[in-house]
Amino acid sequence: MASEPNAESVFGSSVERREDVGLLTGDAEFTDDKLQDAAHVAILRSQFAHATIEEIDVSAAEERDGVLAVYTGADVEESGVPNDIPTAWMLPGLVTPQYRIMATDKVRHTGDALAAVVAEDRYAAYDALDDVDVTYDRLEAVTRPDEAVESDVTVHEEAPDNVAFDFELGDADAVDEAFEAADHVASVDLEQPRIIPNAVEPRAAAASYDPSSDELTVWMTSQNPHLHRVLMSTATLGHPEHKLRIVAPEVGGGFGSKIYHYPDEAITAWCAKQLGGSVKWQATRTQSYATDCHGRDHVTEAELALDSDGTIRGLRVETHAGLGAHLSQFATATPSYLYATILSSEYAIPAIHCRVIGAFTNTTPVDAYRGAGRAEGIYVTERIVDVAARELDLDPVEVRRTNLIPPEEFPYETAVALVYDSGEYEEAMDRALELIDYEGVRERQEKLREGGRYLGVGVANFVESAGLSPSKAAGELGAQAGGWEAGVVRFHPSGTVSVAVGTADQGQGHRTTLAQVAAAELGVPVDDVEVVEGDTDEVPQGMGTYGSRSGPVGGGAVAQSGRKVVEKARSIAAHKLEASEDDVEFDDGTFHVVGAPDRSISIQELAYAAYLGHDIPDEMEPGLEATSYYDPENFTFPFGTHAAVVEVDPDTGEVEFHRYVAVDDCGEQINPMIVEGQVHGGIAQGIGAALSEAANYDDNGTLVSGSMNEYALPRSDSLPEYETDSTVTPSPHNPIGVKGVGESATIGATPAVVNAVVDALEPFGVDHLDMPLTDETVWTAIDGGER
Amino acid sequence: MYPASFEYVAVDSAEEAIDSLAEHGDREVTLLAGGHSLLPMMKSGLASPEVVVDLGGVDALSGIERGDDATRINAMTEYAAVADDEGLWSDNPVVPEAAAAIGDVQVRNVGTVGGNVAHSDPAADLPAAMLAADATIHALGPDGEREIPAADFFQAMFTTALADGELLTAIDVPHLGSDDAAAYVKKASPSSGYALVGVAVVLETDGEEIADARVAANGAFDHAMALEPVEEELVGGSLDDESLPERAAGRATDDVESYLVLDDEQASSEYRAHLLEVYAERALETAIDRVGDGSNADG
Repeated sequence: MASEPNAESVFGSSVERREDVGLLTGDAEFTDDKLQDAAHVAILRSQFAHATIEEIDVSAAEERDGVLAVYTGADVEESGVPNDIPTAWMLPGLVTPQYRIMATDKVRHTGDALAAVVAEDRYAAYDALDDVDVTYDRLEAVTRPDEAVESDVTVHEEAPDNVAFDFELGDADAVDEAFEAADHVASVDLEQPRIIPNAVEPRAAAASYDPSSDELTVWMTSQNPHLHRVLMSTATLGHPEHKLRIVAPEVGGGFGSKIYHYPDEAITAWCAKQLGGSVKWQATRTQSYATDCHGRDHVTEAELALDSDGTIRGLRVETHAGLGAHLSQFATATPSYLYATILSSEYAIPAIHCRVIGAFTNTTPVDAYRGAGRAEGIYVTERIVDVAARELDLDPVEVRRTNLIPPEEFPYETAVALVYDSGEYEEAMDRALELIDYEGVRERQEKLREGGRYLGVGVANFVESAGLSPSKAAGELGAQAGGWEAGVVRFHPSGTVSVAVGTADQGQGHRTTLAQVAAAELGVPVDDVEVVEGDTDEVPQGMGTYGSRSGPVGGGAVAQSGRKVVEKARSIAAHKLEASEDDVEFDDGTFHVVGAPDRSISIQELAYAAYLGHDIPDEMEPGLEATSYYDPENFTFPFGTHAAVVEVDPDTGEVEFHRYVAVDDCGEQINPMIVEGQVHGGIAQGIGAALSEAANYDDNGTLVSGSMNEYALPRSDSLPEYETDSTVTPSPHNPIGVKGVGESATIGATPAVVNAVVDALEPFGVDHLDMPLTDETVWTAIDGGER
Repeated sequence: MYPASFEYVAVDSAEEAIDSLAEHGDREVTLLAGGHSLLPMMKSGLASPEVVVDLGGVDALSGIERGDDATRINAMTEYAAVADDEGLWSDNPVVPEAAAAIGDVQVRNVGTVGGNVAHSDPAADLPAAMLAADATIHALGPDGEREIPAADFFQAMFTTALADGELLTAIDVPHLGSDDAAAYVKKASPSSGYALVGVAVVLETDGEEIADARVAANGAFDHAMALEPVEEELVGGSLDDESLPERAAGRATDDVESYLVLDDEQASSEYRAHLLEVYAERALETAIDRVGDGSNADG
């Protein structure tokens, strides 16, 4: 696929990723490549999940060769910094205990930091950790959210019952009425286990402090440098925001885990200030497992009320959501507003009520992981639709079809506070069914069952709320941050363009796609556009990359600035062509007078003129650039249908894929190749959750799946061939019609695969199985059915 | 991830390695071959040797030598070389088939046969293959060379018949007859890739009946072990007896009271015991299918 120099068609073409040369040759620089001469920080983690700290003796560690300093939580307290990592979404009645960057009197999970050693090299730093002597008084631990609220164990004194929040959405009375009127009620208890995000690059920070200027620079693995800057400035370190620079260089994946402000980056920056120099910290994989925010951790009871023809009347959901030992930034929003609001999936469900109890446990904090909240919510609805269909002896696809929101109903207001922007649900579902030959698979399934072979087909529809909402609405719901994005488009006098945008790439290819957006708006070659992200000194402000927002919101900001630049250029063009602005048309980088194509001027020539300032309209300032703070009027709502065909080996419980079909609709596609890449990766993670991934704790709160030796990520040889297709239903309110695609496939894949496996197990009387559907889990279910 | 400091010794010959082990015998000393078990253990703190003797420079310990009755695999030969060796596939495929089942390409290009066998990881693939092949292990020590039958070699988790100060130098894999057949099948852990259960089979036949059978498993027990009740059931059995694999495999856990089936995060002992039967049956079916196909294996 070659680069498309033609600006007209650059939007929507599979332009090669300009990021890949550096990434593939190793020239790309990651955080740990920075500050090569810096001292190294090693952080001591708690040995126990729950204990009071009697004493921390650092004297032996301090005496080791190469050790520059050893600090504890007491030193941080003494330094007088604010020292309280906050949550970024307040809910009614939310309990917000102080979250110190290093524990002082109590540890609450095995990732809590107790001491930091700064040494001349990494080996010396880690050796010295062994010499820090901590005296613990162990306490019992609690690890499950449903048990935590009943437990005598108290994680935080401020929440004696371990309840951080008790959240409700929807009309409980209307749901009661719907359930009374319905012919049938289906119910299912289901768990969504903890997922470890597993970014390829573990978190890292490199901090440099200049005492003479008070300037502090932190390179770090960040999905949102500006958010990290404001939090470090106001909440943890108290360093003036205008003297704090956060840079996210190349970042190797995040999946949500690098959104948050963790203790480690603050500790590293704090150490740099204490020592008046440069220090760096790089997490090991083991530390990542213990400290990167996990995803999911839901225990749910769900009930669906339907008529016997499959018409859904109501949905009732109660979930205990594990929050871990501390409240991370979006920990409260993810299982509440990002979860309960999506329970309507693609269906016209008249009444929905959801209660979520967020519980503290002695585990790694839980926060948004790819699909965040939406994945959990869609899983509940798409599972219970299958459960209900079987109970009513209806085809699960037909139950879905009966309840789909029809295209003419958009914008559609759901029973759980969202207004879906646009959707052609049946078209995408039918495309997926056609690709997978749904009728044919059902016939084959029946035949094979007679011969003792167990085929299963699973279908899941989904809607995703992407882009994370308009700022005003988010604020009303408790957000402590906006939902806008900032984008600068700046012509240089020579006619090339720089774009600065507040999103932050971790592999998505923003420098390619956002250049395509700008090139298309400005009518310049895509290679003449450079995109800068991830540096608070280079980008005015920003909200970062998460929630599938970089395309719709980041792209929206770039497009809006591009349009402002074009309008200013149009004024100059009219001036120079001696025509009225209304008579000046803009087409593929050139302005010309309507009806007189010879009277034309290129936007690059206008840029030069704008910077000369000799011949521009009176009262106009020279220069050609624009900044936008694009604040969407609504979420965008990507959707689609995923379908899987699996075969289960009844001897071993092994699940083998026969087919995997994904039809995604993410609105307009800036770069179809990158869209497909996002779908591929998303399916892999969705399948991982369905079949193999789970972070398990023992009763002591020790993470027993603490390494890749025990935690089963999906591998290329365990994944099916993906058959992908898409439909295009533009977002009517997004400037470029884009809906976002970062999380879609993760959301669709998990229920499709679980539905397929449970479908295969129907002859064994299996109605539901909790993830991950490991071979042993499936075998045990079969064995139980046969007994 | 940051191992404790240690002394590093590079040697050029097996004799030098033995001398080095003796010289540092009063300290915790270990041999470094491919490093695929040792280095992760050092990084995670499970092993903290004071002295590491690196065999990487000992050229004489590398390579595969084909003899008349047996093929010698020198200790530092990488898995990939064994997995790709056409002679072994023809003469006794159970070993290359097990080598090909190890890890991934990168692991197979660096991990070594001698390191694998000497480590006696219960979930490694080669030990069962060596038992089924009736291989002979060559060891060199301060008192010279000795030969250890595979059946006597694997003693417990990470414990073998090698004495302190001894070095595994080579493994002889006997060749099979034209009517013999072999197979290795494995249920890999989805996380580690190691064997949850691996079953190795060598059948000596006259083309119609099984004269002798060696069946061994790894992954299921604290070390690789022969499945003697399965072997008993097979000997004298007819290759045409379609119920034989299932009947014989069904005896895989006959002695289950006398040893412990592993039980961990990855699989319960109940499931492992069941997998052992299923995979023993699959291994037997594969081996029986291969009898008389000329090459002893599909490979």
